Amino acid sequence: MDPIPRWRRYARLTGPNAGADVDEELRFHIQAKIDDLVGQGMDPAEARREAERQFGDLETVRATGLRLGQERERRMEWKDYWAGWRQDVRYGMRTLRRDRSYAIITILVLAIGIGTNTAVFSVLNAVLLRPLPFAQPDQLVWFTSARDSIQSGKAAGGLSWVTYTVAAFEEFERNNRSFQQVTSYNPFFGNSEYTLRGAGEPQPVNGVMVAGNFFQTLGLQPVKGRLFTEEECQRGGRPAMLLSHGFWQRHFNGDPEIVGKNFAIGKESVTVVGVLPPSFDFGSVFSPGFRVDIYVPLIYDVVRNWGNTLAVVGRLKPTATIASAQAEADVLFPQFKAAHKEWWGDYTSSLSALREYVSGKLRRPLLVLWSAVGLIMLIVCVNLSNLLLARAAARSKEFAIRGALGAGRGRLFRQLLAENLVLTAAGATGGLALAIGLTRYLAHQESLALPLLSSVRVDGPALWWMLAMAAAWMLVFAIVAGFRISATKIQNALKDTGPGMSAGRGQERMRSVLVVSEVALACVLVVGAGLLLRSFLHVMDVDLGFDPSHAAVIRIDYDDSGDASRRGAILQETIRRIEEIPGVERAGITDMLPLGRNRSWGLAAKGVSYQDGEDRSALVRIVTPGYLEAMGIRLQKGRDFTWRDTAEGERAVIINETAARRFWHGQDALGRLAQQGRNEVRVVGVVADLRQHSLEQDASPEMFLPATQAYPEGAELVIRSRLDNDALAPAVMSTLRGFNPGQPAAPLRPVRGIVDLSVSPRRFFVLLVTGFAAIGLLLAAIGIYGVISYSVALRRQEIGIRMALGASGAQVQLDVVGRALRLALTGMVLGGLGSLAASSAISALLYGTEPTDTATFAAMVSLIAAIAAVAGYLPARKASRIDPWRVIRSA
Amino acid sequence: MEHTSLELLRGTLDVIILKALVWGPMHGYGITKLIRRQTDDALLVEEGTLYPALWRLENKGFVEAEWGVSENNRKAKFYSLTELGRRQLQLETKRWEAYAAAVGKMLGAVRPPLAEEG
Repeated sequence: MDPIPRWRRYARLTGPNAGADVDEELRFHIQAKIDDLVGQGMDPAEARREAERQFGDLETVRATGLRLGQERERRMEWKDYWAGWRQDVRYGMRTLRRDRSYAIITILVLAIGIGTNTAVFSVLNAVLLRPLPFAQPDQLVWFTSARDSIQSGKAAGGLSWVTYTVAAFEEFERNNRSFQQVTSYNPFFGNSEYTLRGAGEPQPVNGVMVAGNFFQTLGLQPVKGRLFTEEECQRGGRPAMLLSHGFWQRHFNGDPEIVGKNFAIGKESVTVVGVLPPSFDFGSVFSPGFRVDIYVPLIYDVVRNWGNTLAVVGRLKPTATIASAQAEADVLFPQFKAAHKEWWGDYTSSLSALREYVSGKLRRPLLVLWSAVGLIMLIVCVNLSNLLLARAAARSKEFAIRGALGAGRGRLFRQLLAENLVLTAAGATGGLALAIGLTRYLAHQESLALPLLSSVRVDGPALWWMLAMAAAWMLVFAIVAGFRISATKIQNALKDTGPGMSAGRGQERMRSVLVVSEVALACVLVVGAGLLLRSFLHVMDVDLGFDPSHAAVIRIDYDDSGDASRRGAILQETIRRIEEIPGVERAGITDMLPLGRNRSWGLAAKGVSYQDGEDRSALVRIVTPGYLEAMGIRLQKGRDFTWRDTAEGERAVIINETAARRFWHGQDALGRLAQQGRNEVRVVGVVADLRQHSLEQDASPEMFLPATQAYPEGAELVIRSRLDNDALAPAVMSTLRGFNPGQPAAPLRPVRGIVDLSVSPRRFFVLLVTGFAAIGLLLAAIGIYGVISYSVALRRQEIGIRMALGASGAQVQLDVVGRALRLALTGMVLGGLGSLAASSAISALLYGTEPTDTATFAAMVSLIAAIAAVAGYLPARKASRIDPWRVIRSA
Repeated sequence: MEHTSLELLRGTLDVIILKALVWGPMHGYGITKLIRRQTDDALLVEEGTLYPALWRLENKGFVEAEWGVSENNRKAKFYSLTELGRRQLQLETKRWEAYAAAVGKMLGAVRPPLAEEG
């Protein structure tokens, strides 16, 4: 055989033609047959007939050949198309390897943009979008009590206000028609009520009381064992507990035989009846920042007379809506109230979707974060477009030559797309890694009081979002690249001697526009972040009313058998021994710390008449002598409690200034009598207001009662000491153990930590927004730097000539920096206008800061100007070092 | 006899074509001549039926085609075995031999098989 070299390749020149191929092949067959037959001595006409007869049905074979041939051609075209892409990608990688800095910058910038966007989307998805981890979560409804009192400003809120009594709950449970089930838990869970014994050294555990149907209402099944039985939820029932999955893993190493084991909780022996699924994190849904270890039955008969103790959740019937249930509640609760004259509280209820209660407050901050990363992505796109234009200018010759050699614009475009595809893929991969890192970090922040945070992860929707970000950049790229290619004139580019001279001016203008918009976007980010940062500083600057530095707190456990005088003796001895530790200045005990759980009880001045409906309740802390000093609470008037304020003596109370103002209507409260519940108490002291709910909420009326005259719910020992926490902890623990061997192994926590947890959501947002603003600013600076460097490179000759004519280096520098500042200034003016709009949108998130805060605007604007000046100065210095002679000679 | 050869041909034409190409590239007409000679005219009734089989093998990637010049200087399409085709031929040959052996055993049996015990 003598092959014609690559015949098919030439056939392609005129386009593929399967029909012609088949005809040619069959013609050859018949002709060869005829040749053979004639060679055997047959007459040519006879031979043709014989050849065709032996061949059979020529037409059918031909039709089959045509079909198969076309099939093959189509497949070839696909193959060629993909081979072309592969070739482009390979070529692109080669070019990028040559142009490494461009590739690295693009990939990094993309990774930052895509990574931050994916991470923030993951948070948003987990907190706002993903359904709560319960069965049919849309049916779940949260009840908030005392709506009317709070709306009219008569009640300050606080847990005691928004919760229900057992009686109110039961009335509603019996009479409503909207709910399949209503359930409750006791939200006054402290951390001092449960100590677990029987599994190593005594452990403090966080427990919450939940109603018997709590888990059924949420639609949760235990992974091991069972839920509570009816008997276990009755008074005198067998003590039972359920373990959270995390606690089971952590504390019992996932012991498969855990169900049925008994442990001592307090003085009772309690049986583990089941383990809850890992997807259920009570704290992250109902009480962010609080980790729940065990669940115990809430026995209604036990808490019936405790006042408002129930937080209520209901599951709607499929036919009911929140609006219809609300309408029903609006009718029912006033009826109950009318039927029960003895009810103290106002049970007008506000019903909301559970999801709204859990994360509704976060919607605005998260949307702000989302907008911030959206701005980052915009800046990234602008920045990379800028970079792309610079690079296109440098490569215009390469493209002109390839164009002259026959590469069509489509092919060049595809080439650029392939190149960018490589970069985007790398950038997206980097971004994904960044997002996974960030979300992992966030999901493990236990000290962050944000709901549902532990469930944050990069999941399916987040991956789609990441792809969408990558696709958005590809689209921007395609537009810029397409615009750039269609603007290239081959002849012009080839004629030019300097790189990209002719395209230069028009392009420079376009790049300037890009930089201006970049600065404007960064300006919006930076001003927004500045305002939030200033708010945060204001919050941190708030007068707490207590002094968290040099104070630490530890949970203690004691057994007084409910006897107040015995309790007094135990607590006094505990404090005495602790104060003997060298370095300890003062110690005292409270049952509830500020910024944590709270409760309120009635309080009214004697001899003062109140208007109807005027709030007569105050938050309660039950404390020992020394607590005020240990906590750094300022006593304004009167005295602290003493150990002589015993159950037999006159009952004493210390109130805060707000309580004094509110209940005594401006008269001096000190020494006056007040009615506290059923008791008459004398005001022995007035303290400065302290922050009780959060740093941003003003103080409510508050009272302190001596632990020797009231029943504390647990005990937190506060120790004021100059000693380091680590140095203090062992001494405190051994002292406590020496006194009470059953003291649980509770950690000694700095009081600062309580404040930190309280401000953690704000700190979290401020940190992220500030970080994003810094990234935006950096990108804008890179943009300015790039454009100014480029314009210096373009003007080398002009600058050289000016210097030759006597311009000094300083003048040249000033000129170049001035250009950078002009760009920045234009951007800042536009950005400032944008910031005004943006800051009014975030005004609800600000604290003590006006959305138009002049200081912030001024500071942020000068920051941007300074950065622009630096970004312009670097190329300016380069420009001033241009050697005029060399430039002029080379021209 | 004619009927039998046609039936057999349908199942085995592919493997026969692959086998024909083992010794080197060949055009379609050459393949028909080879098959006729090798099988004493027993298999191929109509020469035309070869081509669809050949093209299908090409689409499957078992053979590849290239235009060349024949012995008497005519432009002809030459087929050759690909690596994939070579493997396919080995596989088909084995399968055919096993099949033929099984059928042979059955047809060559001289007495009924023994009944199995139990």
